[in-house]
Order: sequence, then structure tokens, then C-alpha cells
Amino acid sequence: MLWRRGNEHLGGTGVTSRTNDAIEVRNAVKRYGDFTALKHVSLTISDNEFFTLLGPSGCGKTTLLRMIAGFEEVTEGGIFLFGEEIEGLPPHKRPINTVFQNYALFPHMNVLDNVGFGLEMLGKSKSEARARAGEVLEMVQLTQFSARKPAQLSGGQQQRVALARALAPRPKVLLLDEPLSALDLKLRKAMQIELKHLQKETGITFIFVTHDQEEALTMSDRVAVMSSGEVQQLGDAREIYERPRNMFVADFIGETNLIEVTVDRIDAGRAACHLGGGHRLTCDAVDGIGAGASVHMSLRPERLFLSSAPTEGESLKARVRENIFIGTDISTILDLDDGPEFRVRASNSSRGTSRVFEPGTEVFVNMEQGAARLLMD
Amino acid sequence: MASKKYDLRVYPGFRGITLLCLVILYAPLIVVMVYSFNASPSITNWEGLSLRWYADVFTGPESAKFKSAARNSFVIALIAATVATTIATLSATAILRGGKFRLRMVSFGLISLPLMVPEIVTAVATLIFFNAIGFDRGLLTILLAHIAFCIPFAYLPISARMQGIESTYEQAAMDLYATRRQAFTRVLLPLMAPGIVSGFILAFIVSLDDFIITNFVKGAGVETLPTAIFGAVKQGIKPNIMAISTMLLGVSVVMVTLSWLISRKDRKT
Repeated sequence: MLWRRGNEHLGGTGVTSRTNDAIEVRNAVKRYGDFTALKHVSLTISDNEFFTLLGPSGCGKTTLLRMIAGFEEVTEGGIFLFGEEIEGLPPHKRPINTVFQNYALFPHMNVLDNVGFGLEMLGKSKSEARARAGEVLEMVQLTQFSARKPAQLSGGQQQRVALARALAPRPKVLLLDEPLSALDLKLRKAMQIELKHLQKETGITFIFVTHDQEEALTMSDRVAVMSSGEVQQLGDAREIYERPRNMFVADFIGETNLIEVTVDRIDAGRAACHLGGGHRLTCDAVDGIGAGASVHMSLRPERLFLSSAPTEGESLKARVRENIFIGTDISTILDLDDGPEFRVRASNSSRGTSRVFEPGTEVFVNMEQGAARLLMD
Repeated sequence: MASKKYDLRVYPGFRGITLLCLVILYAPLIVVMVYSFNASPSITNWEGLSLRWYADVFTGPESAKFKSAARNSFVIALIAATVATTIATLSATAILRGGKFRLRMVSFGLISLPLMVPEIVTAVATLIFFNAIGFDRGLLTILLAHIAFCIPFAYLPISARMQGIESTYEQAAMDLYATRRQAFTRVLLPLMAPGIVSGFILAFIVSLDDFIITNFVKGAGVETLPTAIFGAVKQGIKPNIMAISTMLLGVSVVMVTLSWLISRKDRKT
């Protein structure tokens, strides 16, 4: 149904192999004059997947999204929708809809007509478009606002209308360009859950763009972490958080201690390292980092715990500098003898594994299994 | 409530300046309006309230001349404003939505420059142009000249409005399967409507009261209201001129009020 306008063009590209990948970006490059916004990005997004492009501003995530929507041309490479090349098709010939960052609701139309707009443009009658719009509005619980103009709605309601408008024509892929960034924290959290449910309910592939790592981890089946026009790592939330591939990913996702270490030797899949001040640590070896390498190590603060005496596992001797109360957690800043500064996070709960020590106390920093990870630069 | 002394919104002396400006602006108009209702044929002595000069405009010895001039003026203003507004809307769309083309700044300059050219220069140039191409002077020459000089007046409010409309609306429309043309007619045009109405009204008023250019390019015996009034004044100012002027002023006030009401309605929704 959605291919009404696109058929002849899609058929004409010569690529007819249908795959289960909703979107394939193949070696996409985007240049603006001398500036390269995307450098040979390749990724595949499966059907029915909640996929997130995560990265700081200027990393190329929005450019990539706009290329999929058809608002930006691809300088080199191609974009495929279920195996068919869509590069070169104008936005209105792609069965892909977008939820814009500022929503871009049509101010002169009421909510119902906004939501029905896409269907009307697809050639449905006004009554048919309105009926389907009503259904989708029910799905986002906005039925009672059908007759209102967008300006008469709150930010959260506008956000839902934008979502309903993009979902109404039943796109093959839904693109979401930082749609939650204008909402306050509570509403944002509620919408994250709702979006996730909506994605499962509709079975539509969602491609979500955000710079908020927590948002990305909460909602996504898979996340592509991007920076300076490249995909740094692609994986599910746990993989990206627990096994970051490089410095950028470890630093960007969550809080971490990044410590310079030198690898002394590799033995049975374990890397023995030393850091400033003569402290020694071992952790799982990583492909591509051999003996003698000077690299960074990531130590997640919530996977470290403090004790007054050394434990059986890995531990480092340190001195407590400061405790910071942050509600759910207590963060402790420590100085390692002749070494770098450290942060340890303990849950603010009596069941916590870590004790809180007064500043000035000599303590041992202990590591849970897998807390330490070597990173490529 | 804060004391007036510390109120940042109070500027000492502004009241006096404001009153002075208002007097300078409106005193002559008020005199004309008041004396248009004078019963006396004199333009300086007040002899009581009367509508005789308004009646004189419609039924007096000069009424035929004024009626035909008024008809010419309104027809020309209507057509000129319509054509100029259409051209201005299309130009604004091309200049503001046509992407970055090489002659973009030049185009903007070319379309707004006529506002800065002294009107007498435009008038002489237009006259010479019509002569050069052997175009007989008459209603049509007036109309063509009016269309030309109304374009920049219509362009300014339209482009101002368009600049305030983010291009994401059209992108959203195209993302929702609208063609470029549908995005224009269904989304951009309705959003631009208040600017287009303002542009049309401005062009209409400018055309209605233009004297200099009209006087140059009109043919013998063809008059618009301003040229007819000028012709009558040359033979001495009579109170019927004041009545016509007051009515013309009334039309302008009505048009401007309309434009304001439309823009206010737009803001509300």
C-alpha cells in the first residue's frame, strides 16, 4: 500500500533481492565540501528492531537519519530498504516516516488532520484518513484532543501527536530524531517506556537518534555508538556498557575510571598490567592489545568496592579523599599512592557490597569479576 | 508594587515627545476630516455641520469625473495588487526556499531595490520605456506600471512571514508522502497566508494612492483618484476635495484594520 508512488522507481534499480534487514547502510559517505560528516558507515538494522544511533552532537547520527529519510543525498555508497536501493528516491516516495525533534506539527491543522495527513497524501479519502487517525490517536491516548490545534497542547501531548502522525501511514521504518529531548525528566522516562512498548506493539522498525546514553540503553535492542562520522561500536546495551571496544565508547557510555596502563604480559587469556605507582592489575586480554602496549583501562565505579583489608581477588591500596552523596548512590573519590585518582560507587543501601569510609582512611579498592577492561585508543 | 521611580518602563519626557509626534502626524488629517463636514464653501470658515460636500462628490458637477477616476483607481489597485502579490509570493518561495543558488542575494537586492529608487526616477524611466517600445499611454500603461512598483511592497511582508516558517514543516509534509507541490499548497501556503494578505493590502493601498508614476504614464483623459484630485486642486481647493480625501483615508483605515484583524486571528490559533 505504501509503495503506491514508489513502485516503478524501486523496481527500476535492478536490485530485487528481498532480505530481512529493514535497512542496510552500505559504505555510506557524506561530504559537505571539504568536511566529511560520515566516513564509510556500514550497518544493517533488522526488521522489527529498536535501533539507536547514539553519539555526541556533530557525530553524524542525524545526518545518517536524514539520509535514510531522504532529506540528504548520499555522497558515496547506498541505502537499502528490505534489499531495495532507496537512495535517489525523494522523501515522499519512501515508506519511512519521521518524528522530528521539534515535532513540526502543522499549526494550521487540528490534531486529527495532522495525524491523517500522511494517509490523505497517499490517496486515501478524507473520511478513511480520519478513521485511521482516530485509531492511532486512541493508541497514544489522545482521542479527546482530536479537535485541538497543536498550539493548544502541552509538549508531551505534541510529542504523542507527532508520533501518531508518523505511525498512522504504517511506515516500514520509523525514524525518531531526538524526540524526547524537549521533555522534562519524568515525562521523558515515561515516554521511553511507552515508545518501547509501542515499537513492540506495532512491529515497526524504529531508528532512534539520541545523545543521551541512558535513553539509548533503556530502549534499544541494539545501539550504534557514533563519533566523528564513524560507528565506534555496535551491539546490545549490555555489550556496549560492559565490553566497550575503545576509549570513546567507554567514556561516553556511563561513568568510568580511565586509567593509563602498560601491559606486561599476556598469559592464558589474561593480561597482566601495571599502572603509575607500581600498582599491578590483571584483566581479560583483548584481541589487538599485546604485551608492551600502553593503553587505557576502564574500571566501572559501580563494580569496584572498598574494604579495610585486602581481599582474595585484585585489590589496590588507596586513600579516601571525599564522599559525594548522590541520592541512589554514594560516590567515593580516592587517591592511589603515587597513582591516578579513582572513583568508586556504592549503592545507597544497607545491603550494598561497599562500605563508606571517612576521608583520610586507608582502604583497599577491590574489583568484581570483569570490572576492568582494556581499551583500544 | 514597585515605586514609579524604579520602574524600568517609565522614561521621563517620553509622554511629551509622543504627544508632539502625534500632533504633527495627525493634525493636518484631522483638519481635513473636520472641514469635509463644513457647510460653508470656504475651506477656512466653519459654518456648521453638513454632508453637502459628500453629496457634491456623488451628484455635483464634477461627480462624473470623480466616479470614473474612482472606478479606474479601484480596478487598477485590485488587479495590480493581485498580480504583484502572486509574483511576490512566487519570488519569495524561490528566493527563500530554492536552496543556495548563486544569484540569491542579487535576486533579493533586485526585488527590493525599487523601494529605494526615487519615485520620480521610476516614473520618468517607465514613461521613457513605454515611449521607446511604442506603447500607447492609457489605462493599461498605468496598470503595468502599478504591477511593477507594487511587487517590492508585496514582497516584504510575504518574505518576512516566510522567513519565520521553519522548513521542517515542508520536510514533515514530504516525509508524509506529499509531493513538493502538495507540501507547498497544503502546508507552506496556508502558513504564509497572513503575510500574503498583508502584502496584498499594502500593494493595494500603494497602488490606490500613487500619484507621481500614474501622472507620468497615464494617457490624456484617463484619470485615477489621486490625479483627479490633483487636477481639481489646481483649480482651487474646494471642500469636496476634503470629502474625497476623507473617504480615501477611510478606505485605507479599513484595509489596514482588516490586515491587523487577520494577523491577530492567525496568532490566536
